[in-house]
Amino acid sequence: MSAAILEMKNITKHFGPVIALNGVSFDVRAGECHCLLGDNGAGKSTFIKTMSGVYRPTEGQMLVDGQTVAFASPRDAMAAGIATVYQDLAMIPLMSVSRNFWMGREPEKGIWPFRTMNSKFADDITVAEMRKMGINLRGPDQAVGTLSGGERQTVAIARAVYFGAKVLILDEPTSALGVRQTANVLSTVDRVRKQGIGVVFITHNVRHALAVGDRFTVLNRGQTLGTAERGAVDASALQDLMAGGQELATLESSLGGTV
Amino acid sequence: MSETTTAPRPDERMKQVAPWRRALIRPELGGICGTILVFLLFGAIAGDSGMFAAEGVLNWTVVSAQFMVIAVGACLLMIAGEFDLSVGSMIGFAGVMMAILSVQMGWPMWAAITATFAFCILLGAINGWLVIRTGLPSFIVTLAFLYILRGLTIWGSVYFTRQTIIGGVAERAQGDWLAALFGGKILGGLFTWMGDAGWIATFTKGNRAGQPVIDGVPMLVVWAIGLAIFGHWLLTRTKFGNWVFAAGGDAQAARYVGVPVNRVKILMFMFSAFCACVFASCQVMEFGSAAADRGLLKEFEAIICVVIGGALLTGGYGSVIGAALGAIIFGVVQQGLFFANAESSLFRVFLGMILLIAVIMNTYIRRIITGER
Ligand SMILES: Nc1ncnc2c1ncn2[C@@H]1O[C@H](COP(=O)(O)OP(=O)(O)O)[C@@H](O)[C@H]1O
Ligand SMILES: [Mg+2]
Repeated sequence: MSAAILEMKNITKHFGPVIALNGVSFDVRAGECHCLLGDNGAGKSTFIKTMSGVYRPTEGQMLVDGQTVAFASPRDAMAAGIATVYQDLAMIPLMSVSRNFWMGREPEKGIWPFRTMNSKFADDITVAEMRKMGINLRGPDQAVGTLSGGERQTVAIARAVYFGAKVLILDEPTSALGVRQTANVLSTVDRVRKQGIGVVFITHNVRHALAVGDRFTVLNRGQTLGTAERGAVDASALQDLMAGGQELATLESSLGGTV
Repeated sequence: MSETTTAPRPDERMKQVAPWRRALIRPELGGICGTILVFLLFGAIAGDSGMFAAEGVLNWTVVSAQFMVIAVGACLLMIAGEFDLSVGSMIGFAGVMMAILSVQMGWPMWAAITATFAFCILLGAINGWLVIRTGLPSFIVTLAFLYILRGLTIWGSVYFTRQTIIGGVAERAQGDWLAALFGGKILGGLFTWMGDAGWIATFTKGNRAGQPVIDGVPMLVVWAIGLAIFGHWLLTRTKFGNWVFAAGGDAQAARYVGVPVNRVKILMFMFSAFCACVFASCQVMEFGSAAADRGLLKEFEAIICVVIGGALLTGGYGSVIGAALGAIIFGVVQQGLFFANAESSLFRVFLGMILLIAVIMNTYIRRIITGER
């Protein structure tokens, strides 16, 4: 079993009087998809924002490749190879796929002051990378606004992968998508994992998690209820853990096991 | 790798669009159609008025060039997501500052021009810095500067000269190398040759008899074309251009991937001020004087050109070529109605209508391109 690329130990995060995270431990290894499950308000977003340098943990330790780190900003985390694809994606709908893909890291050619963007190179790479992810663009100049939600997720993922992410964090990438698009994103996750990248997949949908996950960690009211390997848990067990056991069990019996 | 990389099928739900149609669907399309339309229109109603003779062409070219100079600055700034309503006041301010420094203080013209440019670009930077720092809409911050600068201009002019018009700049500019860059003309020889060849009209009497009615292309026109080409190149070909789009499209998303949004926006405010100074310098050199009321309403006229040219008022989308065409439309309509002997008040009616049609058409084109809903 490979060693963890990113390890979070006993992370606590307080927002004033609110204890959003209360001692969460989590790790992700190369080439695995580690699902982080939890109901709304469980603290998933807070936890991954701590991982990606948006928040500083109140207490706890973070290790990248075994070295203790403290990120001051998302840029630090990105420099350490931790890329995050948020629900709002950080994509600009009015701009072309290629321009979005390279935003902030535009390739250049020529000599100053006549240095220009190497559009041909940028466009070719964009089309090729998107094709690898199973998306056939009309052209690199197609605006991101014309893509579907799932395709946009894929552009964001492809961008992170191309720029050398070691850990890819996806915050609820499937929550707003239809069946077909969800399947596309899940197969993208699978592709990324096969390239040896560690994927952290956040969701509150047990079926989506089971479809791609290698390990599962459930977060409930700011605490972890342990991590399970693939095959060691089934949907109803995860569902139970997410709801905190008791309540769903009673609810389920009254609904006849349809949840 | 064992995996075969088969190309995914083309999306069957995507209508096949003919290449010529795709090439046509671009942000400038509205501007291109509008330009063709106004030329056809005025060709029909003012074709025999001299509007398309050498002198007439020069007339509307100069007016269009004036609009173009400030429209390029406004366009880049608007794409970066900000407005500058102080452009008009800045034009008045720059002209008066230049005149006071050269005529009243006796500075050489080149020094007066350089100092004015430096100070106005600094003012542009302050505009930008305030917008970034306070997080207020640039509409409000630059509106404040619209009043502050206009007030300072009138006060300064009266304080130093007891007048609101400062003459005598022409004498000071005589033989100055930098002044010639704004007030000079080029290609004089070409026009003399064209006059001799009988292609353009020549004066028939007076002390200039035999000389062509046009003695060169004013530097203003050169500046306008140069700025439009530079702006277009910067926006579409360079990394910085990508940052301009990104800063206006979604500042937060751009910051997140490391685009220096604040620097981009402040630089664009400075560029807008630079364009206002070019306008002011050319105007002062042309008239040989500065006046405190120059540049009134120019900020709105610049914005109108930009919007006719297909830019989005909320930023992140637009074209410098479009803005330049918007300036041509504006100039041709304004001078064309004059040539057509139309009631001058009708100009505003006409302009309002063009603005409305252009914006509706551009919204439609943009929806096709960007998938906005
Ligand atoms: N910036 C904040 N300030 C105060 N409380 C917060 C803040 N962010 C999150 N919380 C609280 O922390 C808890 C966990 O939120 P969150 O991480 O967004 O949950 P999830 O993403 O799992 O739905 C919630 O109770 C939320 O109200
Ligand atoms: Mg969340």
